[in-house]
Amino acid sequence: MLRLGLSCFLLHVALVFGTELTFELPDNDKQCFYEELYKDVKFDIDFQVISGGNYDVDCFVTDPHDNVLYNERKKQYDSFSHTTAMEGVYKVCFSNEFSTFTHKIVYMDFRHGEEQPLLDKMSGSTALTQLESSCVAIHEVLKVVADSQTWYRLREAQDRTKAEHLFERVTYWSIGETVLLFVIGVGQVMLLKSFFSERKGSVAATT
Amino acid sequence: MDSEIRLGEELQTFQLIFCVLLSCGLYFHIGETEKKCFIEEIPDETMVIGKYRTQLWDKQAGSFLPSTPGLGMHVEIKDPDTKIILSRQYGSEGRFTFTSHTPGEHQICLHSNSTKMALFAGGKLRVHLEIQVGEHTNNYPEIAAKDKLTELQLRVRQLLDQVEQIQKEQSYQRYREERFRMTSESTNQRVLWWSIAQTFILIVTGIWQMRHLKSFFEAKKLV
Repeated sequence: MLRLGLSCFLLHVALVFGTELTFELPDNDKQCFYEELYKDVKFDIDFQVISGGNYDVDCFVTDPHDNVLYNERKKQYDSFSHTTAMEGVYKVCFSNEFSTFTHKIVYMDFRHGEEQPLLDKMSGSTALTQLESSCVAIHEVLKVVADSQTWYRLREAQDRTKAEHLFERVTYWSIGETVLLFVIGVGQVMLLKSFFSERKGSVAATT
Repeated sequence: MDSEIRLGEELQTFQLIFCVLLSCGLYFHIGETEKKCFIEEIPDETMVIGKYRTQLWDKQAGSFLPSTPGLGMHVEIKDPDTKIILSRQYGSEGRFTFTSHTPGEHQICLHSNSTKMALFAGGKLRVHLEIQVGEHTNNYPEIAAKDKLTELQLRVRQLLDQVEQIQKEQSYQRYREERFRMTSESTNQRVLWWSIAQTFILIVTGIWQMRHLKSFFEAKKLV
């Protein structure tokens, strides 16, 4: 009874087997995330740059002995999969150190292990009925649909950010160009007039 | 046979406890007054649960303390209109929940307010964070107990929750596409009108320049 209560409490404290985070990476900065993993656990890392500059970021993944498992520079989006060879703390870092003034917004998804069963007793090795198998199949497909939606949401966010930047740039450039036009138009006339006024003055002086 | 099953379950529980003590979950390091913000782009009427746990760096031991009472984290959550919907102080371990009422980018910001850190810890804090969105916030054992569902009914309930979340995300996508289309059409219009206006300004400026200079030269008796 106590064990059941304790298990329920622990399930509620929620051991999650996947984290997705969207964070801002300022210029010349590095952000690292750490995860403690057991041996022979398969993990997947997906990342996408949503906004900022050329929409690219450096990413590297190291294992507990500081061996580099994955190292890519200036990538817009990528997916990395690995099965752990040892137990310990795995590190995934995103670096924007190559950028001087643009800050980036990066989406990261770190999934590891197996999905937690709904109830404690469902993790047992009893065979599933046909209905239960269908439910499991539908659940897996719906997870793929949700992942696909996330993918499209991120691509759309990136395109929308680009469109909004374009809108801003068009506005500022138009205003700037109009001002420049007036300044040059009036300036040219004033300059020409000043040439002739001086010459007339100097012509009058020499005669 | 029965004792074997019990042993198996004991081992599973032990593993769970061990996992919690080993501090499972993604973590990152944060400086003293550093503010870390995370963005969650979610449809409306979606529940978000965030859980965090902090550990302070112990200079003497050269490692992180298991838990630190008295250390607080300030959690601030802003909605897409940059209005603050939650701004609260929590202890070294906390759990915050909010439900979105407008679709869009919500910002979850965490920062430590403790000044003790600078004195004792050399300014390093480890934060374990976990954010669950939408149907992942549902606690199925609790739902099963409350509504007295069988295993199959619980599975179907999970499928229903998943489909509902997919549906919300799709209507949010429609809203986003409309925003995107409005921005693009605005840009298109602006480019068109500004091009016409600038050509007009150019012609008018040219004509004004010629007339002004002509009258100037005529006055100077050079023409």
